[in-house]
Amino acid sequence: MIELKNVSKFYKTVKAVNDVSFNVEEGQTVILLGTSGCGKTTTLRMVNRLVEPTEGTIFVNGKNIQAQQEQELRRGIGYVLQHTGLFPHYTIAENIAIVPRLMQWNEQKITERTRELLEKLQLDPDKYFHLYPDQLSGGQQQRIGLARALAANPPVLLMDEPFGALDPVTRAGIRKEFMNLDELKRKTILMVTHDVQEAFEMADIICLMDKGNLVQMGKPTELLFNPANDFVKNFFSDQRFLLGLQSITLNDVWHNLKEAPANEKAYAVDPASNLLEVLEMLSSNNSSITNYVAQNGKGSKSVTLPVILSAFSAYKTMEGHG
Amino acid sequence: MDERQQSLWSFMWQQHDKLLDQTLAHIGLTFTSLLLSVIIGIPLGIWIARKRQWSSWVLGIAGVLQTIPSIALLGFMIPLLGIGAKPAIVALMLYAFLPIIRNTFTGIIQVNSSVVDAAKGMGMSPSQILFKVELPLALPVILAGIRTATVINVGVATLAAYIAAGGLGEFIFGGIALNNSNMILAGAIPAALLAIVFDFALSKVQNIQFKKRRSGIVAIPLILILFSSFYLLPSALGSSMLAGFTPEFMGRSDGYLGLKDKYGLKIRTVVISDAVMYKAAFEKQLDVISGYSTDGRLKAFNLVVLKDDKTIFPPYYAAPVVRHEVLMKYPEVAATLNRLSGLINDSIMTELNYRVDYLKQTPEVVATNFLASKNLLQPSRNGNKATIRMGSKIFGEQYILLHMYSLLLKGYTDFNVETKTGLGGTKICFDALLNNQIDLYPEYTGTGLLVILNPKKEEVDKIIGSKEQVYDFVKNEFKKRYQLDWLQPIGFNNAYALMMRKTQAEEKHITTISDLARVIDEGK
Ligand SMILES: Nc1ncnc2c1ncn2[C@@H]1O[C@H](COP(=O)(O)OP(=O)(O)OP(=O)(O)O)[C@@H](O)[C@H]1O
Ligand SMILES: [Mg+2]
Repeated sequence: MIELKNVSKFYKTVKAVNDVSFNVEEGQTVILLGTSGCGKTTTLRMVNRLVEPTEGTIFVNGKNIQAQQEQELRRGIGYVLQHTGLFPHYTIAENIAIVPRLMQWNEQKITERTRELLEKLQLDPDKYFHLYPDQLSGGQQQRIGLARALAANPPVLLMDEPFGALDPVTRAGIRKEFMNLDELKRKTILMVTHDVQEAFEMADIICLMDKGNLVQMGKPTELLFNPANDFVKNFFSDQRFLLGLQSITLNDVWHNLKEAPANEKAYAVDPASNLLEVLEMLSSNNSSITNYVAQNGKGSKSVTLPVILSAFSAYKTMEGHG
Repeated sequence: MDERQQSLWSFMWQQHDKLLDQTLAHIGLTFTSLLLSVIIGIPLGIWIARKRQWSSWVLGIAGVLQTIPSIALLGFMIPLLGIGAKPAIVALMLYAFLPIIRNTFTGIIQVNSSVVDAAKGMGMSPSQILFKVELPLALPVILAGIRTATVINVGVATLAAYIAAGGLGEFIFGGIALNNSNMILAGAIPAALLAIVFDFALSKVQNIQFKKRRSGIVAIPLILILFSSFYLLPSALGSSMLAGFTPEFMGRSDGYLGLKDKYGLKIRTVVISDAVMYKAAFEKQLDVISGYSTDGRLKAFNLVVLKDDKTIFPPYYAAPVVRHEVLMKYPEVAATLNRLSGLINDSIMTELNYRVDYLKQTPEVVATNFLASKNLLQPSRNGNKATIRMGSKIFGEQYILLHMYSLLLKGYTDFNVETKTGLGGTKICFDALLNNQIDLYPEYTGTGLLVILNPKKEEVDKIIGSKEQVYDFVKNEFKKRYQLDWLQPIGFNNAYALMMRKTQAEEKHITTISDLARVIDEGK
């Protein structure tokens, strides 16, 4: 859906982006991750031609973006910014309707779509329709920013640190909310963040960048357990253990778990839960429950602390060599 | 204030036609220039917000324009645009540029960059970004600039009266020249009210909420155009010749009023400042002007004085007016100043003025050279017996006289001298003298008679034909009423005079004011 081929961007002396190539498949969420100044934003902004590449070509939906009229191109790509960029002199409804109006939808369709989006984002349309952005909290503004990007139903979404301006608690909440949004699940998303946790939660594929170069690209577990070089390894070293637990589900380690007889009294654990969630559950100290069992189509397995930890280390070793 | 002077309100009521004309002209001048300034300034401000490298140049030039003194700027305009509304509007427009360009520029560059970025990223075109995002968000700042410019323009527009563009300045400067407080206030109060009202109205516009502001963008030019349309130049009815008279001359019975009465002169007139009048005549913008018979520019611009064959202009013999108290204490002051008496006739004075006004020699140099040529130049004694404070009105002839007096007093007595040149017009000098802020200044007999004493018409008519009688009258009355002494006349008569270009006067065979009146009548 989005394809970069040997793309570079040079500013006088700075190589902001250096010979980067990658694909984002339809429906995938790809996250550009890296330290500050490594070229994430520049890469992202080349996709909707807010920055013109010095070298290389970019295709969106199979078409070379250079061959398209830039305003047409942008109207077909949703864009979410860190500081929302909401128009302070437009109401919430007018803000959401910007792209549909540019595309000359009829007013009734615009109103319906605006209300639909507000509802999906848990903002009461009657209450928020005519408010101005400065009357909203940061989290609410960020939701409007997303609604505005989604309004005209673009198949592709670019997001530059969409939660970057929020405090950690709001941030986690809004992130969950976004991830559960049906509309977002269908989109092809290219997103920038420098928050590792966020990347692991949201990404199908992570592109790790350093000084303008694309260092490694792959599934979160690949980067974590099979780092291409020391940079990648060191990048995650601080949170390696947590990220590992987080990126592996019970299903992933199923064959390392012990069979357990089906037990009426046992507490049922969702086999799609990641190991961090399982550990949190086990340590939550609910004395009335002594027995945890996970069940999927292949059978039922018992879930205890030592079993989980040994299964995890076995998985790590296998991934690392596989 | 004299009892015979009417109250302000009755003056305004009596002159309400003129007042209305002037007010409308004033509003028209202000807003026509403002409109032009907005039309040119806002796009310029937008342009430099796009091309930042030009911003310091454009803002710098607009800033320099604003520091040019208004009169000078109006003066520059005359060779280019003549006199009347055109140069006044252009000058006012230039003054309004700085706040408008600067505020448009700042207003646009302070728009949050992520908002502009979002607009671009959503696929808005550059013009959509400008009109839907940048201008609406910059509008409060731009409006503040327009507001500043409006207030500046209401003030500066009073000066338009100096170049025949009308406006409330006609009353203000006429009043100053004629020592008529009511007339000054009749111009100044409406001008101040205009400034306050427009400032208030624009502050309201500025505070309108976001929503309405978008329609505000359209409303502003409309309001400006509406106000500009108030300004319909008084149509060019009447004679083919055009006269430019100073505000003072227009209001005096020994000026324009007398010309109409005694000569039946029916000439089209505009009000103009003495500072630009001669030049405008030379540039053929004006045909007849009201000058002074010893003015150096008479010579410089090749003008001739028309003979006052029915004697309406009273004699204006110059002499120092001194506080009586000073003469009692220091009798040698009178003796010293009187050394100049009888030494300067009309043509000598014109020559001296020519050197200052046209050859740009300093009044000091001219005064020194003249005294030297008469063997009156003595080295300064650097005395400090007492300080004699001398004042002068704001033109070259008075500066020359003042320097001569200063040199004489320093050379022949032990007095120290302090000079306060440039005390504006008659009213300011005379008030300074009465209030013991100066000890003497050079005055003209005619001015003393008609501006300061202002006796009944019958009395004036009796003495006006004779220079001796006028001198005796003012000498006695000043002594009696104000304890001020007139010393001996210097010799020249700097009377009012009508002047024309020499070439035009010869071509039309005009040598007297009666000739002029006849030529105009025939021309119709
Ligand atoms: N317009 C520009 N002119 C010159 N240099 C630029 C420009 N834009 C970006 N750069 C440089 O390019 C490099 C990459 O910038 P970029 O904004 O892509 O970084 P980033 O990875 O998004 O960083 P951050 O996480 O801090 O947002 C930086 O060194 C930056 O200074
Ligand atoms: Mg960035």
